[in-house]
Amino acid sequence: MDATTLPPALAETREDFLALGVKDRLTLLLDFSNELPELPERYRDHPDLLERVEECQSPVYIFVEVDPEGLVHMHATAPAEAPTTRGFASILAQGLDGLTPDEVFAIPADYPQSLGLGEAVSPLRVLGMSGMLARAKRQLTERIAA
Amino acid sequence: MSVEFDPAAKLAEYAHPERLVTTDWLAERLGQPGLVVVESDEDVLLYEVGHIPTAVKVDWHTELNDPVVRDYLSGAQFAELLSAKGIAREDTVVIYGDKNNWWAAYALWVFTLFGHEDVRLLDGGRDKWIAEGRPLTTDAPAREPVEYPVVERDDTVIRAFKEDVLAHFGNPLIDVRSPEEYTGERTHMPAYPEEGALRGGHIPTAASVPWARAAAEDGTFRTRAELDAIYRDEVGLRDGDDVIAYCRIGERSSHTWFVLTHLLGFEGVRNYDGSWTEWGSAVRVPIATGPERGEAPTG
Repeated sequence: MDATTLPPALAETREDFLALGVKDRLTLLLDFSNELPELPERYRDHPDLLERVEECQSPVYIFVEVDPEGLVHMHATAPAEAPTTRGFASILAQGLDGLTPDEVFAIPADYPQSLGLGEAVSPLRVLGMSGMLARAKRQLTERIAA
Repeated sequence: MSVEFDPAAKLAEYAHPERLVTTDWLAERLGQPGLVVVESDEDVLLYEVGHIPTAVKVDWHTELNDPVVRDYLSGAQFAELLSAKGIAREDTVVIYGDKNNWWAAYALWVFTLFGHEDVRLLDGGRDKWIAEGRPLTTDAPAREPVEYPVVERDDTVIRAFKEDVLAHFGNPLIDVRSPEEYTGERTHMPAYPEEGALRGGHIPTAASVPWARAAAEDGTFRTRAELDAIYRDEVGLRDGDDVIAYCRIGERSSHTWFVLTHLLGFEGVRNYDGSWTEWGSAVRVPIATGPERGEAPTG
């Protein structure tokens, strides 16, 4: 993976994680978790639009949309009792926001594994973020085709 | 120095009431010398969001497993971990966690492999504590490192390996996974990450008793009478039975191991921690599919 092709927000997130020791990476993930925005009101009453991320241990739902300018936004909701999952969703929601679909498709599938979270969180748990990214890309494909 | 046991009436019904404490009991004793509260969750960040005052965190995945070999810590690594957490060999350890104490039971089982004598679960776990409006804190506990002796793990009494399971046919096996995993419809828990078993199904002759049946709606353990109805009357376990429980990686079956050993008093219960991720990928081991238990292999 080449940092120069990675969207700036995701590249910055990765740099931030890798600059920290293992313990501080957990703290940063918690910061992301706390930053996960509430679902926009228009989706709150439409749980049917949201897709459950089966790869995650906790109930997390995502929805990807393309705005009239052709830019991508990802929304996610996960319970407060699942801060790790919320953290993963928050990293992607912030990292994907405002990208073009092509930029999203170009995000390497192993981006979650490149954040240095394997040791802090365990490789198995990081798979949850991989599932989220894969589903976001698939939803995006569907939105564009629609 | 052991902290006195919880005399609650519900606990007194169990075979080993000294292995459980109620939230009332714990709330009155927080900070008592000789008592260490440990939180062990599925979610690695949940402790950081807020934990029972004085509690230290032990993460099942990143702290109790060897980072390279698929095995638990060595005696030296366990001593180093507990020393750093400020837990002494003679301390009373009360473990609690999320998801009906699922991971707390797993941590308790690992502590038991090292013969830590006085280790108990908080009945109802984290959710019950919070539901009762009891305090949480994000303050780091003020525990100084202590000397924990190096005690080698004893894998012979409560742990089963694949070879033990192969030699166990004819004796009771309990599969504590979801019905879909038992029949072979899927190789991992509904809504959980795929952990890479190549075949679906169950170990022939194993009875299907999903672990969560032992938990009541509020996350506490079901009463002695309710548990007897499940494991003795329905499954047919009898005193003196040698039992092996398994799940996917040995976590859910730790919960069942706790129920059978400490709440119902069975003495020969082992947890097969290799569980389905090993069995479902091993070459030429027998597998049964569908809802029936299946036959023990002959010869």
